[in-house]
Amino acid sequence: MAEFLEQYGLLLAEGTLETLYMTGAATFFAYVLGLPMGVLLTVTKPGAIAPAPRFNWVFGWAVNILRSIPFIILMFFMIPATRAIVGTSIGATAALVPLSVSAAPFVARMVEQSLEEVDKGVLEAAVCMGATRWQIITRVLLVESVPSLLRGLSICIITILGYTAITGSVGAGGLGNIAYRFGYQRYQTSVMYVVIVMIILLVCIIQTIFDAAARRTDKRNR
Amino acid sequence: MIEIQELTKVFGQGEASVTALDHVSLTVQTGDIYGIIGMSGAGKSTLLRCLSLLETPTSGRVLLDGRDIAAMSGAALRGARRKMGVVFQGYNLLMQKTVAQNVAFPLKLEKGWQKDAVEARVRELLELVGLADKAAAYPAQLSGGQKQRVAIARALATSPETLLCDEPTSALDPLTTQSMLKLLRDINRKLGVTILIITHELTVVSAICSHVAVIGEGRVAEQGAVETVFTAPQSPVTRQLLNREV
Ligand SMILES: Nc1ncnc2c1ncn2[C@@H]1O[C@H](COP(=O)(O)OP(=O)(O)OP(=O)(O)O)[C@@H](O)[C@H]1O
Ligand SMILES: [Mg+2]
Repeated sequence: MAEFLEQYGLLLAEGTLETLYMTGAATFFAYVLGLPMGVLLTVTKPGAIAPAPRFNWVFGWAVNILRSIPFIILMFFMIPATRAIVGTSIGATAALVPLSVSAAPFVARMVEQSLEEVDKGVLEAAVCMGATRWQIITRVLLVESVPSLLRGLSICIITILGYTAITGSVGAGGLGNIAYRFGYQRYQTSVMYVVIVMIILLVCIIQTIFDAAARRTDKRNR
Repeated sequence: MIEIQELTKVFGQGEASVTALDHVSLTVQTGDIYGIIGMSGAGKSTLLRCLSLLETPTSGRVLLDGRDIAAMSGAALRGARRKMGVVFQGYNLLMQKTVAQNVAFPLKLEKGWQKDAVEARVRELLELVGLADKAAAYPAQLSGGQKQRVAIARALATSPETLLCDEPTSALDPLTTQSMLKLLRDINRKLGVTILIITHELTVVSAICSHVAVIGEGRVAEQGAVETVFTAPQSPVTRQLLNREV
């Protein structure tokens, strides 16, 4: 055990940090893209606060198409774009580009689902108080749905964490890369098992934190 | 003054269409407590939704102090809406905000409200509706009657000229109903707010309304001063409501 830690401890710690960095940063950028997309999907529906049915239909399909491209294909497809944005197509930072782009439409649908849960009557009440559309979005939709948005966020983080393992196999670093190098290329299965346990632990921790946060922020049930 | 002229609202098209309001005309004078009574499905909520322009009338007009609300848009419409407080059938409170934050909400939509001024106004309103001790509570922690009071306080925050109430007592027990009606009468007398009450309960109308319109199947069956309408009912709908033989 001590021998194992001495040999691989630093490597695993580094891998974990790299995975957390990729997951955190990619989630951030996925929300920068996906949150406005989700809001747009919600408010442009027929009967919503800024109805634009035709735009909504086209945009909804664009999101679906983007979502249906498998991540591993998108990752290769985006190599030229990644080079243009980051300067290189290798490494953890370069992996953020396909990770964010691929997760954004997923985030958009999660956000849309959360915003849909907001009671229509509350939105009508805000309209009757003379709120502008922007005020309704920022002060009612995005505020009333916080607990649900947090639950969606935990699902998105865990999904993105899974994607980072794939980028690891093509040289982006992180736990996925370690599992690939030692478990697949060198048949050192003990390293791979530890990586699997680490990832399970990470997922559990993330889930627990966000479940607690969602419960704490929700004022509906107490 | 609210004038409703030949207001018609049809939902859907062709075979499946429902005429919720059929050439409804009535006038609510400033300072009145006006009751609109009718059976379930008569079109009462639809009328309120047309007044607040949540539904677009199929035909007919709604005039607020002589101005057609359908012709308003943007800032003018938002301004007109602030002069008309709405208390919904289901309260429609913000569930993630405290009672005080709910009441402050319409004030914070306007520019130029200082923090202390908002706090003072919220305190004043919560005292008016008798909920000063619940300022920090969340709607989920309140009873139905208390939520109704918060909704009223919120609707009054921007000092509207008119208060529209959809079934303000239908979910309340008789005793709470009495105190709710007393509150509405106080608001009418002290603040000079015109009140339009939608209800299916005769007791509500006879307790506080000065005028009443009886609605049946989307049409105004009868309207006038409450004593006149209730002592000498002319229409079958009114008699039915009064539980007499048709
Ligand atoms: N959005 C809608 N689409 C289609 N039909 C509607 C819609 N809203 C209301 N209606 C119909 O219009 C009629 C009047 O409904 P409304 O809600 O105004 O009744 P109400 O008098 O408020 O009844 P209650 O006392 O039960 O609240 C009903 O027949 C209802 O089915
Ligand atoms: Mg109704």
